[in-house]
Amino acid sequence: MTWSEMQPLLRDACLDTLFMVWWSTVYAIIGGLPLGILLVLTDRGALLQNVVVNKVIGAVVNLGRSLPFIILLVWLIPFSRFVVGTSIGPSAAVVALAVGAIPFFARLVETSVREVDHGLVEAVQSMGGGTWTVVRKVLLPQALPSIVAGLTTTVIALIGYSAMAGAVGGGGLGNLAISYGFQRHETGLMNITIVLLIVIVTAVQLAGDLVVRRLAGRGARQTASVGLRGLLPSARKAAPAKTPDPAVGEAAALTETR
Amino acid sequence: MPGTTTAAHSTVTETPVITTTGLTKVYRSRGREVTALDGVDLHVREGEVYGVVGQSGAGKSTLIRCVNLLERPSSGTVTVAGQDLTALAGRGPRAGAELRKARSRIGMVFQHFNLLSSRTVQSNIELPLEILGISGKERSRKALELLDLVGLADKAKAYPAQLSGGQKQRVGIARALAGDPKVLLSDESTSALDPETTRSILQLLRDLNRQLGLTVLLITHEMEVVKTICDSAALMKGGRVVESGTVSELLATPGSELAAELFPVGGEPSGEDRTVVDITFHGEAATQPVISQLSRTYNVDISILGAAMDTVCGKQVGRMRIELPGRFEENVVPIGFLREQGLQVEVAPVKTPAPADELLKEGAK
Repeated sequence: MTWSEMQPLLRDACLDTLFMVWWSTVYAIIGGLPLGILLVLTDRGALLQNVVVNKVIGAVVNLGRSLPFIILLVWLIPFSRFVVGTSIGPSAAVVALAVGAIPFFARLVETSVREVDHGLVEAVQSMGGGTWTVVRKVLLPQALPSIVAGLTTTVIALIGYSAMAGAVGGGGLGNLAISYGFQRHETGLMNITIVLLIVIVTAVQLAGDLVVRRLAGRGARQTASVGLRGLLPSARKAAPAKTPDPAVGEAAALTETR
Repeated sequence: MPGTTTAAHSTVTETPVITTTGLTKVYRSRGREVTALDGVDLHVREGEVYGVVGQSGAGKSTLIRCVNLLERPSSGTVTVAGQDLTALAGRGPRAGAELRKARSRIGMVFQHFNLLSSRTVQSNIELPLEILGISGKERSRKALELLDLVGLADKAKAYPAQLSGGQKQRVGIARALAGDPKVLLSDESTSALDPETTRSILQLLRDLNRQLGLTVLLITHEMEVVKTICDSAALMKGGRVVESGTVSELLATPGSELAAELFPVGGEPSGEDRTVVDITFHGEAATQPVISQLSRTYNVDISILGAAMDTVCGKQVGRMRIELPGRFEENVVPIGFLREQGLQVEVAPVKTPAPADELLKEGAK
């Protein structure tokens, strides 16, 4: 196979993969973020304590998480037909990818939101803030770096899942690698797809890390110049700034005073 | 209201600002019941600094959290500034609009500051104003005014992680004052700070109490805090208030544990046939040189075994343990003289370990 033969195939596959990953990510956020927050809020002793709702959402999320994606993909064919009017192609794959990604992302959001110091929630309650205020002013902003890190993981998982979309004729890079590379022994094409996948995954991870570091850095930035050094991966550990030991705080304040 | 009242001295009135009656809180978990509060009656007067002390587990933290209903009491009532908060609570764990409104008029300061790390100092102070629905321009004006009040005008754009513990607590206090509260609740606000920073934060609270006529209810396990700024204090044990009153009332109460903890006196008699007397000074008598008068009038040799004197709210108060030669029977007259001077005199029973020492150790934990 020549490069000119491969080029349109690769381009279409890339576009299909990006299409599927982009839209399923959008739906993962729309569905997973509220679900993850609800899982925390309805938990025992939390703001909206509701054992029934909590158990139901938990069970649905677990169901979505326990099915292998390839099975979910096939199982959801009737549902895809109902939602997008077709059971094949990238659009149909997006339905399955979204259904798979929503519970995945919801669990990651839940973990991130749970990490938020309960003292902050109490502080906002003591100011007269209601549940919605707590979510908007405390839980989301404080958990944001961690949620973005979870989103990065979700997107990368979706890139992996999208490779299976070929099973419903979804196209994409994974499908190309299997149908041409494996079944037709086009090793060159397969290698190129693999390199492309690696490049895409690495780019997503780097972009995600950068955003996380930027967000977490707000609380830990010492001087303005760190903003640039922060771009280098090894320059600084971007630990979410929790209430530090007072002694450490003093020390930080000392170095801060120029 | 910050900036409007500028009374330079403490303005304690008899109007009750925080009243709890029969406050009870029982925690239930897995069939076990733990009583954190067992019928607490608290009366905090307007404009005073009221300290609740006790060991960890005594229920003081639950008490202060019940005052703004962060914790729902199992029974009893909480009234703040004439408003019965328990009546506003409603059912279930969610706070209704009325309770939230009442909470916004009660400031709260926390041990671990609880500042949002993702917001700047100014933005942290603006948070309660955002909740109150105040416009952006007004918010930033108010926040800068409050930062100035707590002495951090230059830190508006800093993030909490860049501040020292004391500075963070100042931000916490500024934030608590944003809603122009009449009442400030302080939940161990100095417990995470070093002694020097503790003093400066207490000084700030004292100043705010005087300048703004702010009523402060604080809980602490440090006697030093009570001694430094409190007008009144209560001692909690096992979910109950076992002693309460103004500091001088407590001192005047014979056998007051709180007074003994505030002013611990130790010292063992130097030998057999000695009378050990604990004298409590408060009010007028504290200014009289009674010990030398006693010595001269009755020609007795007095040894001072231990003393704890301090200035509480500008008055000399304290306790002293002295030793007189001879048994009690031989010292009835000099002891009578001390009583005549308006001092409170307790004759220490012989051969018992001083309870004050034990309490002091516990208090230090």
